[in-house]
Amino acid sequence: MRHEDEAGDSFASNRSVNIVVALVLIAVGGLVIVDSLRLGIGWAPDGPRPGYFPFYTGLLIVLSSLCTIILTLMGRMGSNEPFVRREQFHNVMKVFVPMAIYVGLIGLIGIYVASALYIAVFMHWLGRFRWHLTILVSLAVPFALFVIFELWFLLPLPKGPVEDLLGY
Amino acid sequence: MEALSSLIAGFSILGDPANILYMLIGIMLGVLIGVLPGLGGANGVAILLPLTFSMSPTSAIIMLSCIYWGALFGGAITSILFNIPGEPWSVATTFDGYPLAQQGRAGEALTAAFTSSFFGALFAVIGVTFLAPLIASMALAFGPAELFAVQLLAFCSFVGMSREPPSKTIASMMLGFALAAVGQDPTTGQLRMTFGWYELLRGFNFLIAVIGLFGIGEILLTMEEGLAFRGRSAKINPRVVLQTWAKLPKFWATALRGAIVGCWMGITPGGATPASFMSYGLAKRFSKRGKHFGQGELEGVVAPETAAHAAGTSALLPMLTLGIPGSPTAAVLLGGLLIWGLEPGPMLFIDRPDFVWGLIASMYLGNVVGLIVVLTTVPLFAAILRIPFSIIAPVIVAVCAIGAFTVRNALLDITFVLIFGVMGYVFKKLQYPLAPLVLALVLGDMAESNFRNAMVLSDGSLSIFWSNGLVGSICGLAMFMLFWPLLSSGLTKLRSGQSQAAE
Repeated sequence: MRHEDEAGDSFASNRSVNIVVALVLIAVGGLVIVDSLRLGIGWAPDGPRPGYFPFYTGLLIVLSSLCTIILTLMGRMGSNEPFVRREQFHNVMKVFVPMAIYVGLIGLIGIYVASALYIAVFMHWLGRFRWHLTILVSLAVPFALFVIFELWFLLPLPKGPVEDLLGY
Repeated sequence: MEALSSLIAGFSILGDPANILYMLIGIMLGVLIGVLPGLGGANGVAILLPLTFSMSPTSAIIMLSCIYWGALFGGAITSILFNIPGEPWSVATTFDGYPLAQQGRAGEALTAAFTSSFFGALFAVIGVTFLAPLIASMALAFGPAELFAVQLLAFCSFVGMSREPPSKTIASMMLGFALAAVGQDPTTGQLRMTFGWYELLRGFNFLIAVIGLFGIGEILLTMEEGLAFRGRSAKINPRVVLQTWAKLPKFWATALRGAIVGCWMGITPGGATPASFMSYGLAKRFSKRGKHFGQGELEGVVAPETAAHAAGTSALLPMLTLGIPGSPTAAVLLGGLLIWGLEPGPMLFIDRPDFVWGLIASMYLGNVVGLIVVLTTVPLFAAILRIPFSIIAPVIVAVCAIGAFTVRNALLDITFVLIFGVMGYVFKKLQYPLAPLVLALVLGDMAESNFRNAMVLSDGSLSIFWSNGLVGSICGLAMFMLFWPLLSSGLTKLRSGQSQAAE
């Protein structure tokens, strides 16, 4: 966070994110090891126990991530450059937050209505399109998807109250 | 010559007009996928895979592999016109392709790219035609130890060939294996790493990982630089094509070198991306005009494109014969094979010759059709690229969500796609390679059961992996690849030490 004060346009250096991600991976590797130990990493009468193979994958995740951390601390890996500049981060968040909301909405109101809303918001808010084009595209795309998946390939997708009303 | 007669039988399968239609659809979709950011060969095929469940496996693989060829062709269009590589393997194409477009020679660059892609692919397909039956008949004698050794070689090659740091390659690969182990243990049926979470019972599907890592991750990465991108206009007319074709034979050595590098990197899963860089580097070193590379040399377009296509095509050779995909897209196709109920590997050549040879024949025809399609439709796809990204991006996200859902009809999978998307974004930025993760996720169960069976045969002794010449030399080669980064840095140090001593 020191870097933020100096440059004022970034959150963290590439190097510190490198270490954080390696630590997360070590935690994941640790989980794998713990569960493998629970399952048994040894030998049963009929062959290796279920934890036999995953144990080593977990171990290698931990070891390689330790390597990454050591190399980073030694200055052999990663750079002092910002991991992401502030305006880049804003750009990414502008896409990511609506995307996360969209994913949440799919379960509630069905994929077609959620897609229409998502496309409309994206186009109007980020693309600054006029309303008529926004409405046209955000209705046409879900309709096309409906025709392709539901009618043509007969793959049922998640639907919500609006589709119920329409009789689907 | 048995290969030739099988190939002719394969072409007769293509005689079915429906298959030709699927081929055309596949190529067009593939170019579109290759051109659009966020939709690449691997996740494009992953999204469309569920649509093919109702088709015959042969038609399905023809269509999906044609999407792959189309995506390989399409990647060059964005690289040259927009300086944005549509696919990782076309990064090297931007070095000279975009400068050419800036000089108003986009048509030439595109023609050279497509033609050399075609040459690379053709070279690789001929290799596949004659090598595949040989390797398959050899592999028939493989036991679990040999199979695991080949898989080990595949994964060790990643460490040796990858441009990313070895510690990160290993971490990403092992993460893939760990994710593959989640769910029911295929041998004993016990639950692994579900931590009491019922939804994890079925494990992580690799298609979900592919759609997230390559699709959503790529969109987030693209969005960093905002929504705007400007492209050069492309005019391709028959005159430009013929003029460029007249220039190309000069570069035969570069093209041949690229094709050989590509084939090698495709079979040992180094993949198309490192192959394209390696070929570009070699061309730069050996060409008389090497100094001008990067300022718009046609040869600088020929080199990476031949290699990328040769690698992409030959990646199917180990997939068909050994069940080991040489690239992420080949991994997705392999997953498709499993879903269609086909066991990849040498038995496929005996049980389903129609499938194998239909596919190989479609590789010939698909690339010829692909070349014609891209040469004639470049203006169309360049126009699609002018549709603002704020329309394309949400549509791609919606398509990714639908693709994720249709894999197993699970809503939770869409959330996983989002998580994999963030992971893909962070991993890309920190130089963690994604291909080993996907390959490990696809091959995890298979590699593990081969390893366990080998262990059972030897009563738990690792010595089975050097018990005979074949398995021993494969394992030895694997170890060589694994420690190659250490060896090569050691050699460089040694050499620089010597040269300093000489001074």
